Amino acid sequence: MGKSHLEMVLQETLQTNKKICIPYIMAGDGGLDILEERLLFLKDCGATAVELGIPFSDPVADGPTIQQAGIRALKEGASLSAILRKLASFQQPHPLPIILMTYINPILAIGLEEFTGACQTAGVDGVIIPDLPMEEEDLIANAFTNADIAFIRLVALTSPLERSVTLANLSDGFLYAVTVNGTTGGRTSHQLHEVGPYLQKLKSISPVPVLAGFGISSPGQAKQLGSFGDGVIIGSKIIQLLQENKYDEISTLIASVS
Amino acid sequence: MLKTKTTYHEPNTQGRYGKFGGRFVPELLMPALIELEEAYNEAINDSAFTSDLTAYLTEYVGRETPLTLAKNLSEQLGGPTIYLKREDLNHTGAHKINNTIGQALLAMRMGKRKIVAETGAGQHGVATATVCALFGLECIVFMGEADIKRQKLNVFRMELLGAKVESVSQGSGTLKDAVNEALRYWVNHVDDTHYILGSVVGPHPFPKIVRNFQSIIGKETRQQFLERNNKLPDAVVACVGGGSNAMGMFYPFIDDADVKLYGVEAGGAGIETGEHAASLTRGSVGVLHGTMTHLLQDKNGQIKEAVSISAGLDYPGVGPEHSYLHLTNRVTYTAITDKEALDAFRLLSCTEGIIPALESAHAVAYVCKLAKKMQPEENLVICLSGRGDKDVEQVQSILEAK
Repeated sequence: MGKSHLEMVLQETLQTNKKICIPYIMAGDGGLDILEERLLFLKDCGATAVELGIPFSDPVADGPTIQQAGIRALKEGASLSAILRKLASFQQPHPLPIILMTYINPILAIGLEEFTGACQTAGVDGVIIPDLPMEEEDLIANAFTNADIAFIRLVALTSPLERSVTLANLSDGFLYAVTVNGTTGGRTSHQLHEVGPYLQKLKSISPVPVLAGFGISSPGQAKQLGSFGDGVIIGSKIIQLLQENKYDEISTLIASVS
Repeated sequence: MLKTKTTYHEPNTQGRYGKFGGRFVPELLMPALIELEEAYNEAINDSAFTSDLTAYLTEYVGRETPLTLAKNLSEQLGGPTIYLKREDLNHTGAHKINNTIGQALLAMRMGKRKIVAETGAGQHGVATATVCALFGLECIVFMGEADIKRQKLNVFRMELLGAKVESVSQGSGTLKDAVNEALRYWVNHVDDTHYILGSVVGPHPFPKIVRNFQSIIGKETRQQFLERNNKLPDAVVACVGGGSNAMGMFYPFIDDADVKLYGVEAGGAGIETGEHAASLTRGSVGVLHGTMTHLLQDKNGQIKEAVSISAGLDYPGVGPEHSYLHLTNRVTYTAITDKEALDAFRLLSCTEGIIPALESAHAVAYVCKLAKKMQPEENLVICLSGRGDKDVEQVQSILEAK
């Protein structure tokens, strides 16, 4: 469990000359009862770990697909504490490492101590907070370290080099490289002349694996972007395919990365 | 007494007002916020910028605005002598333009000629569209679906001024949702677009920049009152949604310990009903739209919908500096219901011949209560943040429905 478990699984994948693929799903979308089944399904597809979105009423970093999934999950009664309770009820260890993606406010509402304690009970290995830049991370960083939770930092195309180096050195588990200047959601193409060198640069400075995320929606894109760094994170497209019950396509998409 | 030493120095370099404020935004926006702060700090120390700003405020906005003695209202309430700071007389009819002129000049200084903004009542949207027309900037304004319905006239105004108005149907279709969409738009267009945030909310440096541009209200008021009465007022009252007119009014008075400051939130159907927009008086601390502040939220940290008759106060958060001034007890915050605001809307109209904005009517309504506790030899100033022309249609339909 925890940071070391996540780092071990990522290293094992890379050592077999495979790329890392982390699908994102919205916890509670479709009800919390199908969560366990979905984790197993993603494991079977060959996912390295899973990023579990926590629904929030005001997700400013997210595009329409994840916004809608969040609204559906909230209607199902999902909340950070309900999701953590659900995870705690599953047989552990989980089929694959669990990374929570949550805005900061739900964590603050529960309370930091409560949150890290519940993460340990629930077998959560890492956390990504899209609205907590390094200027504000003192709020939580120590508590996460003490609880052995990987705190995964994001870096953007707009981050200056020196800042990117700092973020890469701070990041636990992997470095999340945002590959579009925008919110989450599928793009038909990326600015490869910009994104390619950006990922290669990050790879050269980062002590942890570099994963590309945001806007990846096709096997071609996943393979291409994954090739510059150590792998990819795929969110909105997975949510859309789950919504349409296109499980085979999810399988193909995840398989295309390795 | 009249010359005070400055002891108030919020925010710190991290944009914190005590524990409130900060920059809780996606990494993608951090460079833009840092650039904005640097550009602002440079600009306000550049006399070319400040004299430009002063010239526009004087010749285009119509400053300074008068401090009007509300003789009839004072007599009717039978308490202190009441003055009105007439922000309703600014070009476009509210205080919002004090900020949009400043930020538009700043945007151009940064080489950005595209502007995005959010609006609630439409006053900030109109003030933004106005300066964009003046300076030839491209302008897109996000406005909640519900607000578009209740503020049709302002939508037409913005379009007439050349702005593109985008309807936001997510959530409650009000100001909070418009801010979400404006922030997302900024995330997607940060390379060439400046976000003119309309209140003292959002990530640092916005609360500081907006406060400073709006502090012309308090500076003028202090000066005008001193010249007229050779002393400072005993109390200053302003309405608080996000809180830009209040912050602009209060800031120059913060070190004047003898001047009591009152912020009036929207109590909606009544604080006890849960249907209100009183984030400070009834909310709890959390993070929304990039800042740590008092919010209306449930136990899971999901933001609740704010309710108010006034579209401009209909926001489930509040500026972080207000949270700080609340915690330190420098400002007393209170709430006024829709009904009380409507009564005050009529009262000011028929006693003084001034139709206030529904937002400002909340401040007037609180003064009706406060006046009873004050002495006849005392003085108070109400920040009349805007005029009520935009609200008459809505008020007419409410009154006719009764």
